[in-house]
Amino acid sequence: MWSSRSHGHRIAALTVIGTAIVLPLVVFVLGPNMPPGKGTPVASSQVTDNTVLLVVMTPFTVFILVYLAYALVAFRAAKGEGLIDGPPTRGHFKAQVAWLATTTAAVLFLAIFGTAELLADNGAGGGGGPNPVAKPSGAVLPVQVIGQQWEFTYRYPTYGGVETASLVLPAGREIAFHVTSLDAVHSFWAYELGVKADANPGVDNVAYVRTKKPSTFQIRCAELCGLWHGYMSDTGRVVSPAAFSTWIAARRRQFAPIMKYLPKYASSYAPDPSYRAG
Amino acid sequence: MGTKLAVVIAGVLAVAVLIGFYIGLLAGGPTPYRVPTASAGGARSVDLTLETVAAVGSKLSPNKNWVSYLVREHGVWHRSTVWTLPANTLVHVTVYNFDGKSGLRNPFLAQARGVVGGSFAINGKATSSINPDDASHTFAIPSLGVIVPIRGVDDNAPQQCDYAPCPMSNAHETITFTFRTGKAGHYRWQCFVPCAAGFVYGFGGPMQTVGYMDGYVNVV
Repeated sequence: MWSSRSHGHRIAALTVIGTAIVLPLVVFVLGPNMPPGKGTPVASSQVTDNTVLLVVMTPFTVFILVYLAYALVAFRAAKGEGLIDGPPTRGHFKAQVAWLATTTAAVLFLAIFGTAELLADNGAGGGGGPNPVAKPSGAVLPVQVIGQQWEFTYRYPTYGGVETASLVLPAGREIAFHVTSLDAVHSFWAYELGVKADANPGVDNVAYVRTKKPSTFQIRCAELCGLWHGYMSDTGRVVSPAAFSTWIAARRRQFAPIMKYLPKYASSYAPDPSYRAG
Repeated sequence: MGTKLAVVIAGVLAVAVLIGFYIGLLAGGPTPYRVPTASAGGARSVDLTLETVAAVGSKLSPNKNWVSYLVREHGVWHRSTVWTLPANTLVHVTVYNFDGKSGLRNPFLAQARGVVGGSFAINGKATSSINPDDASHTFAIPSLGVIVPIRGVDDNAPQQCDYAPCPMSNAHETITFTFRTGKAGHYRWQCFVPCAAGFVYGFGGPMQTVGYMDGYVNVV
């Protein structure tokens, strides 16, 4: 029969060995493939965040699995042995202190790291409300995202306030998404861009992102918003600056007939209640 | 003891039947309508004839006061919003709208998109958009890029229809347009006008229930 000290040492040793094996796999194999990819600096930063979270949780996960496996093997009742109650559990000062210190250090590190990351990359793509704490220093292209049941539409205030049904962005530009809603709460999730910003009625939620090279990205609503929430999706495009100029000019011509009816561009809209809906 | 057990079993069975009946009522969606295909001059096309009404009436729904789309099948109006259409086919749509004006929450949706020629017709007159305040409904299949605003009947128009199916002698607007289905797929369609009377922001009830102002287009 091993002493409880021996069990503790074995579990600790197995945890260290297991962590040493798994951690490089997490850092070099799993980490680079974490979502949402590296479509923008914000998205790349989120990949790093996810990797750091995995690294921190790896030793704890390994410890729990080692403990479980060890208990199944070492504390298994022998064949024919009856049910024997174990010795009464007593406090173990060193173990308690070690556990509290380790978990406290992990939580504090993640709190500080998470706060720093939220401020980095001008808001981490999450939307910082109408007056974000962190803002890019250079020029930005504002694009308004309007959520409604059940479609996103987009306005480009620097191009006459034209509204479009599809989202196209120029490559290599700092974009300021102004996300709002006309009815229920939606969430504008541009997956590969690393942007996920809530769309609330009457609120201008600003999220910054810098586009890189031409690509496509998925757009989803990430807030359960009614019957067709699951269908509230589209594919956005990042195109070259020249292609963007051509595209936006074509949209201005296409939607010229409706422009006279659009409200003046504003940070949010409060449509009059229609007379039936009240 | 035996009597008590029998009562409990009977009670459980009765509750189970009631729950099953309730679920059946909820799950019992509209019957899909396969639109007949015609060929003319080598081009495949179908005619889809719809009606929009302010109140569907007790003959067609237990929710007689709900606003609804209806489809004409073999000359008879049905409350079906699940339609099967052939792929890569021109769909000629006619909507007889007997409902009044509710107004669009987003004026942008008052311009037609995704229709052949970029325009549609109201009572035979071609246009590409309407005043958003005049919208009664929209016909929209967002995934196909199709949206057409449906202009409402004037508030002061005579002989307004109370309950569907509405006779053509009642005040109505006739909207016609054509779109192409493209590749096969399962698409949803919806109305974008907050037209559900009596519901919060006009977007409850018939706007959140397949069979009234929402449905599917199965392109096969």
